[in-house]
Amino acid sequence: MSAREFLDKLEPHFTKGGKFEKYYGLYEMVDTFVYTPPTVTRGTTHVRDGNDLKRTMTFVVIATAFCILMALYNTGYQANLAINALGREGTDGWRGVIMSVFGYNTMNPLSNLLHGALYFFPIYIVTLAVGGVWEVLFATVRGHEVNEGFLVSSMLYALILPPDMPLWQVALGISFGIVIGKEVFGGTGKNFLNPALTGRAFLYFAYPASISGDSVWVAVDGYTAATPLGLAANGGMDAVHAAGYTWMQSFFGFEPGCLGETSTLAILIGAAFLLWTRVASYRIMAGVFLGMLATSLLFNVIGSDTNPMFAFPWYWHLTAGGFAFGMVYMATDPVSAAMTDAGRWIFGFLVGAMTVLIRVVNPAFPEGIMLAILFSNMFAPTIDYFVIQANIRRRIKRHA
Amino acid sequence: MEAYISLFIKSVFIENLALSFFLGMCTFIAVSKKISTAMGLGIAVMIVQAITVPANNLVYHAVLKENALAAIGIQGVDLSFLALLSCIGMIAALVQILEMILDKFFPALYHALGVFLPLITVNCAILGGSLFMIERDYNFGESVTYGVGSGLGWALAITVMAGVREKLKYSDIPAGLQGLGITFITAGLMSLGFMAFSGIQL
Repeated sequence: MSAREFLDKLEPHFTKGGKFEKYYGLYEMVDTFVYTPPTVTRGTTHVRDGNDLKRTMTFVVIATAFCILMALYNTGYQANLAINALGREGTDGWRGVIMSVFGYNTMNPLSNLLHGALYFFPIYIVTLAVGGVWEVLFATVRGHEVNEGFLVSSMLYALILPPDMPLWQVALGISFGIVIGKEVFGGTGKNFLNPALTGRAFLYFAYPASISGDSVWVAVDGYTAATPLGLAANGGMDAVHAAGYTWMQSFFGFEPGCLGETSTLAILIGAAFLLWTRVASYRIMAGVFLGMLATSLLFNVIGSDTNPMFAFPWYWHLTAGGFAFGMVYMATDPVSAAMTDAGRWIFGFLVGAMTVLIRVVNPAFPEGIMLAILFSNMFAPTIDYFVIQANIRRRIKRHA
Repeated sequence: MEAYISLFIKSVFIENLALSFFLGMCTFIAVSKKISTAMGLGIAVMIVQAITVPANNLVYHAVLKENALAAIGIQGVDLSFLALLSCIGMIAALVQILEMILDKFFPALYHALGVFLPLITVNCAILGGSLFMIERDYNFGESVTYGVGSGLGWALAITVMAGVREKLKYSDIPAGLQGLGITFITAGLMSLGFMAFSGIQL
């Protein structure tokens, strides 16, 4: 019996009048995940396109493939590096048992990948499981469908956490992101903030010790390694160079940081895919980049004797921390970003400018892109409003 | 000059009356359904704030402050315990006067602001602004800056809030949360966004 026949056999139980009518959302989720749904729009006027929400969301997940690969490799690489630097035998607990077979040689790609996987997959599985439970719960009780948007949120959320995040905090964060950030507004497409970032921001303010500082970026207990951005916040470019970080290293992603955000190259490959498939808006990405460029150049020109971040160059802003990841995957979220074309430029510019502003001027947060995007999400509907008003005024003038 | 610019930015963003101190919540939540109305109220608050904070500053320094009455020969009197009362009185009186002036000379603006002007009399953001001014011991120049800045910050917050709420009209909010409930959650999430500024030292 093929899977299609199996699903067809199950379907009557879940449709109206069936035994499990309440759980139709669950059935629908599995069916449309595996097969293209047969239902099409009825009526005379609609756009005929093979693209639908499910494919759009799946494309975003595919676009993160290289980021995931780099997340595995770099996390393991950093951890192996730290273990060798500390002169330890290996890690403790169940990870140590598995890793003892492969060793901790940083030159061995398999060891790096596997070591990283042992940190990434627990976080990702917890995210999927806990977030999935909330998603299905809301879908069942409220009678809407389980949407692929959740796969995107959970993937992005897992990629922007530090590798050593306690798993119960991971669960708490995704619960906040999914429930308060999305489901109370009615699910995918109805929220006004990016759910993944909402969850992370919640963790950031609730448990700052496990998501900021110098000891969380490498998954080895008792090993402290500041991110280039953290170093720069205290000592400027000199501190970054003194620690031995080069720009190319930061571009390829061999630096401590959140799981998936370190490699700008991997992110740019994802960006190319998203732009080629036209899933993400190039206007937002370009806006974020230009906003960052303009603001960082402005700060460079102003200069400061006391704050070394003023002199931080734009090409380092691009590769350090989560800027590239936020620009490509977070700011372009079609739900929480601005909807109008002109609004997208403004929205993007605001994200970029706010990121640099927070990084440079706010000593409380070395990283700024998360709060910058949440801040701009808030402004997105207002930006759209003014863009539309301007359009209306222009047209009235033209036809007056 | 730099100190005034710092104070201005601080009062607009870092110490935003609505989203950092949660002042003026009743009007913030009640009148944020439409962007155009919210902007009207925001401008009204800004004007009133820009007038009342400096006015209260003058009254405080000339009459209420310890030994302020020494100028007219009364020594050792400290009336600062009357600050709260006098601020409320000043705000009510000034809003009334402003309303009459607008009605007489700028009827268009008067009709545009409509019911918002009297509403503002009881807005705690306005009273809060004056009390912060007294607590932080601003001089006259600072009180003008703070008045305009904090009013602008509040206006910005309510406009953005209205934008989000206009978008949320298309949401599918659970029955129990519709109306006020989701608005409170929205305000909370918005202040999470405004946390971006917390910690900036100017």
